[in-house]
Amino acid sequence: MSQEYLERTIIRILRVVGLTFFIIIVAFPFYWMIVSSFKSLGEILLKPANLGLDIRKIDFHAYYEVLFEHGFLQYISNSVYVSIVTVILSVTLATVGGYAVTRLRFRGRELMSYSILLIYMFPAIVLVIPLYVMFSRMGLRDSINLLILVYLAQTLPVALYMLRSYFQTLPPEMEHAGLIDGCSRLGVIWRIVIPLSAPALASVALYTFMIAWNEFLFAFMFLDTPEKFTLSRGVVQLAESVHLSKQLVMAASVMVTIPILVLFLFFERRLVRGLTAGAMKG
Amino acid sequence: MKRREPTFLDQEARLAFWMLFPTFTVVLAFVIFPVIWNLWLSFKPVSLGDLRGISLFKFNLTLDNFRKVFGDQEFGPVLLTTLIYTIAGSALSMLLGLMAALLVHGEFPGRGLMRGLFISPYIAPVVAVTFTWSFILDPQLGVLNWFAVDKGLLAQPIPFLSQRWWDLDLLGVKVRMPLALTSVIVFEGWRYFPFAFLFILARLQAIPDALYQAASVDGAGPFRRFYHITLPQLSTVLSTLFLFRFIWTFNKFDDIFLLTRGQAGTKVLTIRVYDYAFGEFNIGASSAVAMVLFGVLSIFLIIYFRWIVKEE
Repeated sequence: MSQEYLERTIIRILRVVGLTFFIIIVAFPFYWMIVSSFKSLGEILLKPANLGLDIRKIDFHAYYEVLFEHGFLQYISNSVYVSIVTVILSVTLATVGGYAVTRLRFRGRELMSYSILLIYMFPAIVLVIPLYVMFSRMGLRDSINLLILVYLAQTLPVALYMLRSYFQTLPPEMEHAGLIDGCSRLGVIWRIVIPLSAPALASVALYTFMIAWNEFLFAFMFLDTPEKFTLSRGVVQLAESVHLSKQLVMAASVMVTIPILVLFLFFERRLVRGLTAGAMKG
Repeated sequence: MKRREPTFLDQEARLAFWMLFPTFTVVLAFVIFPVIWNLWLSFKPVSLGDLRGISLFKFNLTLDNFRKVFGDQEFGPVLLTTLIYTIAGSALSMLLGLMAALLVHGEFPGRGLMRGLFISPYIAPVVAVTFTWSFILDPQLGVLNWFAVDKGLLAQPIPFLSQRWWDLDLLGVKVRMPLALTSVIVFEGWRYFPFAFLFILARLQAIPDALYQAASVDGAGPFRRFYHITLPQLSTVLSTLFLFRFIWTFNKFDDIFLLTRGQAGTKVLTIRVYDYAFGEFNIGASSAVAMVLFGVLSIFLIIYFRWIVKEE
């Protein structure tokens, strides 16, 4: 038996063992989240070691309770509103700004491109206290729209950077033709650049949606009124108010997680491109 | 004198200004300004109760906040915890990411699915995954503990996230393990390995096949090929990744806050920022800790732009 053959066999075994290990550690928490959300409180308390789910005992009560008694219907609509408005604003402003940085000549363009990257490194925990102080003083803190502006500031630099990298790969000749034919710059962006950039715009939109949907710290610090809570904020509230009823917290967690995982499964490739191009902060 | 007609370039610059104006305003108001405002607050005696008063703008600058922060008995231990958490967390997430990338690299059925699955810890909302892990690790209701007790692997449940020390007896050698801190580090590795995984996988796929073929011809087996070709090819991406993970883990707040609230020996600097502000109502001290974090971040950014960006 040759060295090569021996090593190949070892590698094959290691691969099977390794993949099994990773599949278990990655999938189990999600599996457990879903399974527990369909259990009753009694089941959770009496059989904590029961790994399976008895199909005949599937219990939707946790979802009912979380949605209608703990205000999650409202939190879902708040989260959808916050995320979608953030995406629309971020993609629009990043397209216009990214185009300017790529195609227009002005002083400080290079500096601009560098500082975009730098700004994206600023950690949220350094920004949150001064913003808290500032907006508490102005009496504006407890507001969903303010939260959208914060998310916009968090996502715009990366969105702009990602689009800039993409616009640089587009041939400028078509745009010149458009300009000569009498299009304005905005007309060129609308008629030529946007249609050509659909994949990049989709990546940016997904990335922005994910950041806004998942965000916890600012929502936690800024929002006081339960009617304004986003889902993440609502889950924390719920977890603080129930101690034993873990099925409720798990049902709420499923509700926050499913939309993002489903989006991700549909657009996996696109999102991976977004993640590696801009690199997500986290 | 006649006013100069705006040239084509002037017009372009003006247009660029207006196109970047909204982005610039948002970033200025919500990123740049807070950092400056934070610097100002860190030199002032401000408490949470003062926010409505006028004293926020008075020039009563002092070093008291920094004296308090550095003089605090807890400062040393908190800094040490932060460093352990950051270095071990970054290293673990990279090690797992490297392993996962090597496993998924190459052709086999279900590879795309596997890749998708492996990224899910990273894209799932932080509240959902922290609460799920807290539930799994819970000493009263947690599946991990009770499953292990049921199967006779454990005599009694372990409070993974709420106990500071765990005394182990390893073949007669008594070891004291920081239990909650280890759990939080393992979580960090679990949640952030996909980040390293994506970048390492992309780099692996860019290594030219010719290198491996040449080595094969020269008689190098898979292990030697890994050691002499793959690892050196990955060295740049690994060092960049470590720097980024270090910076982000150092500034990470959400995960520890949601898992332990900084209890049981997991108090890091970012938790201290929160505790000063909302536990002791001392905004000044909180801002001072934030400045320390910001200072460390700046040092690493300078390192990054000086060495790594230049080399590329």
